[in-house]
Amino acid sequence: MFDRRLITNFNWTYVLLILLIAVIGIANMYSATSSWTTAAQPVYVKQFYWLGLGLVIIVLVCLLDYRHLEYLSFPLYGGNLLLLILVLAVGKTSMGATRWISLAGFNVQPSEIMKIVIIIALARFFSDKAHLRGFSLKELIAPGLLLAVPALLIMKQPDLGTALLVLCIGGTMALFAGIQRNAVVFLGLTGFAAAGGGWFLLHNYQKQRIMTFLNPERDPLGAGYHIIQSKIAVGSGGIDGMGFMKGTQSQLSFLPERHTDFAFSVFAEEWGLIGCLLLLSLYCLIVIWGLHIALRSNDRFGMYLAIGVSAMLFWHIVVNLGMVIGLLPVVGVPLPLFSYGGTSMVTTMTGVGLLMNVSMRRFMF
Amino acid sequence: MSLNPSPEETPGLRRRFVVSSIIIAGVFFILALRLWFLQVLGVEHYRDLSERNRIRYVAIEAPRGAVFDRHGALLVDNRPAFTVSALRQEVGDRENLFATLSALLDVDEEKLAERWKEGQRLPRYRPLPLLEDVGREAMEKVQENSVDLPGILVEVKPFRDYPHGELAAHLTGYLGEVTEEELGKSSFEGYRSGEMVGKTALERMFEDRLRGTAGQKRIEVNVRGRELRQVTTRSPLPGQSLYLTIDTNLQKAAEEALGDQAGAAVALDVNNGEVLAFVSRPTFDPAWFARGITSDEWRELIDNPRRPMTNKALRGQYPPGSTFKMIVALAALEAGTATPSTTFTCNGSFQLNKSFEYRCWKKRGHGKVDLHKAIKESCDVWFYRVGLEAGIDRISDAATRMGLGQKTGFPFGAERSGLIPTRAWKKKRFGTSWYDGETVISAIGQGFVLTTPLQLATMTAALANGGTVWKPQIVQKIVDLEGATEWMLKPEKLNEAAWPKAAIAAVQNAMESVVNDVGGTAWRSRLEKVRFSGKTGTAQVIRRQDDDEEELEDDEIPYRYRDHALFVSYAPAKNPQIAIAVVVEHGSHGSSAAAPVAKAMYDAYFKDVSDNEEPEKVVFRD
Repeated sequence: MFDRRLITNFNWTYVLLILLIAVIGIANMYSATSSWTTAAQPVYVKQFYWLGLGLVIIVLVCLLDYRHLEYLSFPLYGGNLLLLILVLAVGKTSMGATRWISLAGFNVQPSEIMKIVIIIALARFFSDKAHLRGFSLKELIAPGLLLAVPALLIMKQPDLGTALLVLCIGGTMALFAGIQRNAVVFLGLTGFAAAGGGWFLLHNYQKQRIMTFLNPERDPLGAGYHIIQSKIAVGSGGIDGMGFMKGTQSQLSFLPERHTDFAFSVFAEEWGLIGCLLLLSLYCLIVIWGLHIALRSNDRFGMYLAIGVSAMLFWHIVVNLGMVIGLLPVVGVPLPLFSYGGTSMVTTMTGVGLLMNVSMRRFMF
Repeated sequence: MSLNPSPEETPGLRRRFVVSSIIIAGVFFILALRLWFLQVLGVEHYRDLSERNRIRYVAIEAPRGAVFDRHGALLVDNRPAFTVSALRQEVGDRENLFATLSALLDVDEEKLAERWKEGQRLPRYRPLPLLEDVGREAMEKVQENSVDLPGILVEVKPFRDYPHGELAAHLTGYLGEVTEEELGKSSFEGYRSGEMVGKTALERMFEDRLRGTAGQKRIEVNVRGRELRQVTTRSPLPGQSLYLTIDTNLQKAAEEALGDQAGAAVALDVNNGEVLAFVSRPTFDPAWFARGITSDEWRELIDNPRRPMTNKALRGQYPPGSTFKMIVALAALEAGTATPSTTFTCNGSFQLNKSFEYRCWKKRGHGKVDLHKAIKESCDVWFYRVGLEAGIDRISDAATRMGLGQKTGFPFGAERSGLIPTRAWKKKRFGTSWYDGETVISAIGQGFVLTTPLQLATMTAALANGGTVWKPQIVQKIVDLEGATEWMLKPEKLNEAAWPKAAIAAVQNAMESVVNDVGGTAWRSRLEKVRFSGKTGTAQVIRRQDDDEEELEDDEIPYRYRDHALFVSYAPAKNPQIAIAVVVEHGSHGSSAAAPVAKAMYDAYFKDVSDNEEPEKVVFRD
């Protein structure tokens, strides 16, 4: 039952790259939270446990041949939709949003699971239906619904960041599967119009965030504070950085959320442009390598899975970094492997597990 | 399971992968570009912002310069005081905190809340003072309980200290917080909100010298404003010290002698105008202002009918009464309209033009009176006649030459000039010409004539030294931190009155008799150890109705209608050194209320002169 070749074909280098980023992340977290004096377990230690769990998840995800997921994809998708509806009905509310639901004693965030499940579902759909001609507008209705229903449910929680990410992941996969030119133009225009109309559907705090993104100085102590302080931290890093544990912005707590969403700012302040470019290269590498795995996969389902996971990583990285360096509005998207949190770790590692799964089975038929 | 060929072998798909990879690399390149923009091009800007985030420049108050008397005795100093302050960012539950603090230090919670409100105008990172000058015990209590008092800290600040309490308070003045209005003025450039500045008198006039230069602490703070490290420090430069011309013992004797009576006393060195004592009573405690006066205390001062906040030595304008008679005598003697031997008979009143009668204070009259007796016993009738003969022009001229009716140039802005009437003044003021009756009453220092105690002292000093009017000066020298003299007093002549020697000698001689001869109006205030010369005066507050014949005893007259008592004098009678003017508001008689004050002052000033004999105790009424 267990094939020895699986171990030989396992993509060790890729996992090592992932580990490297995660370890840098933990070191950075150590620096970011060094001024905290709590009796509880330090955050960076907890992140170590999460990383351990993440590695276990990679192994677990690799054990089951990804091809079985093809059959499980729609039941998974249906089940996840049900959970999303359940969240809205009976979920736990914290800080104005309802995202969590208790399942068998565990706190589960169905919107987070959806990031993976949408990849599987769309991979199934596109691997069945894709053709080199590209999808016409009419053919896009089915995958569009597949994507829109969970996105809307998530937006209702409200969790704009996750909803956008799910849309981005799905959109990327669709683009890759091929869309006819006129359909692209039409979708682009309607998307543009929808964005305008959607403005009125946004919650006040979401509008606020976009407004302050456009002009952070508008509210330097309120909503603009995050962006301003983050830019100060990144900018004052200079070329070679302030040195490990020496970033004043982070050490003196001027930087908010510095172990979660703004972890990269701490890194940028302490390691400067040189450190940033190194980290950026690592991230770029794991995304492009993900694509490469897709390219080398020997079936369409595996290819779309790998593309979906790469897209997921890509969008998380870009949205988070874009936010931290003031290119994008502040949306609560964690930086994979770098921001503290079990949820993000589980999602990322599940994705990485899927990639490894595809990668190691490309020689088998 | 798909039966399609692998993507690698499908050219269309392969192209998509290449394009995608390029797009991904492009996006990462944009991120890198942005980082380059922030970290290379923007590094200075952002490092500057980061500095501003964490570095605060906090001023260290410079200790104000001390004030000494002429012998180097400390009058005003600074002492370290403990102030309980709040760091606003660190205060969570304010009400709870105030409750804890009020229970601990036994202060009103409302008072804390009030201070909190007042302090909101201070920059947020600056500690907000809640309780000033709390004392060591309270400071220790706060320190011990700091765990229960998040955001509360104890600061040590220099506080103005007055080792002699209210002594010379009108001279030194008091401090107060710089007002918002003042902060807007260019003369207060560099002042910070909440800083203490001189509000009155010397503290105000010598603010520039006393203030010193604030030091600077460069401190690193965290996001909540808590001080983490002191990065560098520039030490504050203490202000310069003032050495006054005041003699503390003399000042003290004068303040004690006046006690709670309303009045003023000024003592001058007759040979250079140095102010040896400068008293206005009642007075206030400047320490109240140094720590911030409460509204109740302020009310108490303002509502006191004896006006403790008014500097009566400088701003009190009183009719000089009989102390003006020397001026009249000098005017007449110089003009030759009278001589020392000019003699009139005083039968208690003087008739002017048969229609007006002017009374002598002594109803039954003084009998035959010459200059000497007229001054010694203060005969009004003699001066009515001599004054009328000399005329108002000469009297005004003499008074003006002796420094009356004009500001002496004392270094406080609030000085009053008094009033010496002239024909021209009256014409301008009332549009009417001068009447002889006005000359008559001017001759005994009533009517329009007004003088300040400081002017009276200046005048008396000039009488003592033969006619040189010295500018009264209060600051002997200004000394900087190293002890170098920055400024030194130079005696300044306001005028040289140039009286004929015989005239001044006659007046001086008579003044000596006032105190030292039986029958002199101040005879019972004489001192055995030092012979001093003087002249009593009684200034009417309201003109008594002549018909109102009922003679009231002094203590039967309501306080505010009682006459002001004056006494001007100098000592020793030969080779004078010191001149003293005393005014006791509503003190009734110069001899009984004002002269004893001068006597006490001479007693203190000449303390080194052996006191062989007790002065004879003789009861005498003038």
